[in-house]
Amino acid sequence: MIIETIVFYVLAVVTVAAGVMVIASRNPVQSVLFLILAFFNASGLFVLLGAEFLAMILIIVYVGAVAVLFLFVVMMLDINFSELRAGFLQYLPIGAIVGIILLAELILVFATGAVDIHVPEVVAVAMPAPDEVSNTRALGNILYTRYAYLFQGAGFILLVAMIGAIVLTHRQRVDVRRQKIADQVARDPKAAITLKDVKPGEEGSWKSD
Amino acid sequence: MIEFSAPDYLTALPEMFLATVSLVLLMVGVFVGNRSTKLLTWLSVVAMGAAFIMVLVGSHAPSTTFFGMFVSDSFSIFMKCLVLIGAAVTLIMGMGYVKRESMNRFEFPVLILIATLGMLLMISANDLIALYVGLELQSLSLYIVAAFRRESIRSSEAGLKYFVLGALSSGMLLYGCSMIYGFTGFTGFHEIAAVIGHGGGDAHGVAPIGILIGLVFIAAALAFKVSAVPFHMWTPDVYEGAPTPVTAFFAAAPKIAAMALFLRVLLGPFHELVEQWQQIIIFISIASMVLGAFAAIGQRNIKRLIAYSSIGHIGYAMVGLSAGTPDGVRGVLVYLAIYMVMSLGTFACILAMRRRGQMVERIEDLAGLSKTNPMIALALAVFMFSMAGIPPMAGFFGKLYVFLAAIEEGLYALAVIGVLTSAVGAFYYIRIVKVMYFDKPTEGFDKPMGAEISSVLAVTGFVTLFFFVYPTPVIEGAQAAAALLFP
Repeated sequence: MIIETIVFYVLAVVTVAAGVMVIASRNPVQSVLFLILAFFNASGLFVLLGAEFLAMILIIVYVGAVAVLFLFVVMMLDINFSELRAGFLQYLPIGAIVGIILLAELILVFATGAVDIHVPEVVAVAMPAPDEVSNTRALGNILYTRYAYLFQGAGFILLVAMIGAIVLTHRQRVDVRRQKIADQVARDPKAAITLKDVKPGEEGSWKSD
Repeated sequence: MIEFSAPDYLTALPEMFLATVSLVLLMVGVFVGNRSTKLLTWLSVVAMGAAFIMVLVGSHAPSTTFFGMFVSDSFSIFMKCLVLIGAAVTLIMGMGYVKRESMNRFEFPVLILIATLGMLLMISANDLIALYVGLELQSLSLYIVAAFRRESIRSSEAGLKYFVLGALSSGMLLYGCSMIYGFTGFTGFHEIAAVIGHGGGDAHGVAPIGILIGLVFIAAALAFKVSAVPFHMWTPDVYEGAPTPVTAFFAAAPKIAAMALFLRVLLGPFHELVEQWQQIIIFISIASMVLGAFAAIGQRNIKRLIAYSSIGHIGYAMVGLSAGTPDGVRGVLVYLAIYMVMSLGTFACILAMRRRGQMVERIEDLAGLSKTNPMIALALAVFMFSMAGIPPMAGFFGKLYVFLAAIEEGLYALAVIGVLTSAVGAFYYIRIVKVMYFDKPTEGFDKPMGAEISSVLAVTGFVTLFFFVYPTPVIEGAQAAAALLFP
């Protein structure tokens, strides 16, 4: 028990600290690296909660794809981040005012009980977590059976996205030299190569000087 | 282990068929390249025809499959037939344009086929997640085809605008769905209806505010998809900028699918809240009719004019929905069927507007068309009179049914505003007829206009003109479909 608590606090503290560093660090590459650190620790928190599937997804999707994409963008585009951030502070007062007004309104609505958000009693209760299967397995059990229809539909959406990206951006360029393997294979060595018997010291041979 | 039994695949046969065919056609296109565009277009049309037959011969009894997420009933059959006809006809009449205007890439028919598949999934959705998946499949394909002429700035702009605003509306839809799920605990339409009908409200019979918020967000997102005021801003720009066959497709198929979704969602899970959503629909209806009538007057580009006219038509269709009765819904369905035929015909005329190999789309380009191309002029005049609602054209009967339903429900103000805005709308429709018949002829359009366009023109013109002779199949189909939504 005590170990679990210690692990939780370590992970939580590192997550928050890494999150602060993401916005505080001046070097964008360091920001992305801190972001990855934050993701890893957050997934550790998920494991502590028993949601190991979410933890894996967080690492695969956010670290594996999103953060790496950020890194690519940061490295490939020549964006001057300190310039972008230069005028940031002047928006702070108005941002703070908006935040305070929103907070006051929320308190007004919920704390005073002006709005009664009641949930009907017939609402379905969330299904209790089954003891005997891990949640990865439970998800797998329904994803490919009960939700197979939606799974296939989502697959089609991704296919359309891929077709769209290709249709809208792919260009047949005429000025590039392409490797045509068929042409290369079909080439006759007799026609392509001529052997010449070159004597040392004659014209056309390799000379050292 | 969770018990699992295979779902009844036969219920979703047309959808599964279209999905498989679209993948096969995509593979053919990838391996053969762009010279297969014509073949793929025809194969897509044939596939839609086959799906149409499957929809028609399939069971008309209501049945659900995929664990209640997918429903097939006489309502979905009626709507799917409309969507499939609209999609197939636009593919056929767009063929010449696609070939001439550097859109000759094999992805075009495949994307239209996948968008049609998305529409069928929307129409059959019986679950909030299935609704979202179908809607997104459709919308994503439409964003791409709107921007399909990527070398044209206007087409790219249309695609980008449509994408940004469409993504916003999807966000609203998802937010609404999450509210509904949070306050009812279900995503299936039947279950939500049961929760709302079964003591969902408090002592005063008022539904929880969370459900109402969710309902408003979902209604707003769907109003965006049918381009009803005040969520219409994207329509004129997208209609004008997108390639003309794509605009024709936008005007015909997706609107019908989105209206089907609108009807199913409001009359299915939220049937008990009719008093709550009726106000929203009445407002949307009036605003769309008024804007459609007045904003179209100043338009000089015919595609923009049709965009405003389509906003107005959605307003008229909404009149039937706001009645909230079986007769009203029947009116909506008849209206949509007639609207689809009229707009297909109008776009066939617009696709024929080509002068010395260039597409023209200003209204003054039509001047004196009755002298230079009397057949196109006659057909366009029929469509314009029909859209204005002048008897005995088909458009008159569409308006008749929705206004009758509104009057029976005591919504007199709505019906009166509808009639007044039709009178205003008649002004700009008949102005086009005047330009064609009484203005000085300019140079005629290129001839021949192509066999596919002239046959589409002939069929749609014939249907519009002689709908009153034999309206029974449409009326009866709409009747059966509407009755189903009111158990």
